[in-house]
Amino acid sequence: MATYSTNEFKAGLKLLLDGDPQAIVENEFVKPGKGQAFNRVKMRNLRTGRVLEKTFKSGESVEAADVMDTEMQYLYNDGEFWHFMVPDTFEQYAVGEDALGDAGQWLKEQDLCTVTLWNGEPLSVVPPSFVEMRITECDPGVRGDTAQGGTKPATLESGAVVKVPLFVEEGETVRVDTRTGEYVSRV
Amino acid sequence: MSDWRPRAAPARPARARLLAGLRAFFAARGVLEVETPVLARGAPQDPMLESWEAQAPGGERGFLQTSPEYPMKRLLADGAPDIYQIARVFRGGETGPRHNPEFTLLEWYRLGLDHRALAREVVALIADQAALSPEWRTPRGCEEIAYADLFQATLGVDPLAADAAALEQVAAKHGGTVGGELDRDGWLDALISLVIAPRFPPDRLTILHDYPESQAVLARPCAARPGSAARFELYWGDLELANGYHELTDPELFRQRRERDIAQRRARGQPLPPVDAHLEAALESGLPDCAGVALGVDRLLMRLLGASSIDQVIDFPWSRA
Repeated sequence: MATYSTNEFKAGLKLLLDGDPQAIVENEFVKPGKGQAFNRVKMRNLRTGRVLEKTFKSGESVEAADVMDTEMQYLYNDGEFWHFMVPDTFEQYAVGEDALGDAGQWLKEQDLCTVTLWNGEPLSVVPPSFVEMRITECDPGVRGDTAQGGTKPATLESGAVVKVPLFVEEGETVRVDTRTGEYVSRV
Repeated sequence: MSDWRPRAAPARPARARLLAGLRAFFAARGVLEVETPVLARGAPQDPMLESWEAQAPGGERGFLQTSPEYPMKRLLADGAPDIYQIARVFRGGETGPRHNPEFTLLEWYRLGLDHRALAREVVALIADQAALSPEWRTPRGCEEIAYADLFQATLGVDPLAADAAALEQVAAKHGGTVGGELDRDGWLDALISLVIAPRFPPDRLTILHDYPESQAVLARPCAARPGSAARFELYWGDLELANGYHELTDPELFRQRRERDIAQRRARGQPLPPVDAHLEAALESGLPDCAGVALGVDRLLMRLLGASSIDQVIDFPWSRA
């Protein structure tokens, strides 16, 4: 069983706590000049996304979570599972809806995503920061309104809805920042 | 690219001004500035402090001081008058928003004063320094409270009588849960650091005096409060600035506490640096009745400038030293 001592704690380190994998968000050293040292740690539960704060006696060891980020290509959805493949090894993983979370709306076949594995099981999926997708549905633009920087909703091929400028038309391909869900440009 | 640039430029003139202000404060009061070795042959056995070890290529071994306390007491035992020192000190494993492993400590000793009287001089020193610049912050008011009274008032528990399990329960009730096994003193420290101090009013000074005897370090037993030691700490808001004692002069008691510290180090598998035999001999020869205090200069600067992290007042913190 791999463990980390509190003096190895830093942002990003993955711990196993209360049965769940957690990622350290913030680690603060607290110590009275003549007294016991503590590490006050803020961490995010990688399964539920909840952030919790916990204090450890300095020098304690905490079990490491066997969590690994792997680049995988999105293949297809069979109605129940989303299938991904590690390009180098052709190893395939089936991701359920819980683990997929919001990433589902940004998936396009062939795109490279980051799949987080916990004990070899998919835990979460992070889509590429930018995706290029075709607009399958949106109202025609209204000429002359571009100066006001007006926007309208557009539905993408993945089903996601983003706000696009009025001059963008159905059938065009647009670039979207998946971290904010915002339109970036026409392609 | 190397991150070579200093980052505390705005604090630099303030630091220079503060150092000059501290020296002026002591000059006006007739306290003598002294210097003692940064590198010593022995180190304190306090289990809560880790000394940095230094080694010369020839194999000669030394320890960087965690504070100038031992040699300054040797000066006092030799008949020195009131003395102060602005020293660089080193503590292993201490890095964080309020800690840098190397920092500046102002330490001074006053003959014939007790810890309570010296604590008031610390308050006077802070007020004096805060007045050096109209742009600096000034503390508002000062509360003096005994350690036991503070625990009773805020948590309803007697810190001198409660055992570790009772303190753990109190901590859990107030959001001070800690992962890992703590002894009685560990829980007392957890309650102070995680529960009590964070609730001190941000601008107020707090003198916390008469610590439990188990946390006496080098303070003499408190005559006024059995079971307590003549020790104080001074906080500005929730930030601990200074720690002082009505100094222990009894060599027998000094040896007993050192033995206790060594036993604790051994039990916890901590390194055992060589004992500094000089201080024991100095105590045997006779340390005059005095009080001493150490104040973190970087932290005082943080508060004067309203800085939230010690890196804002140190040009080259350890990560880029």
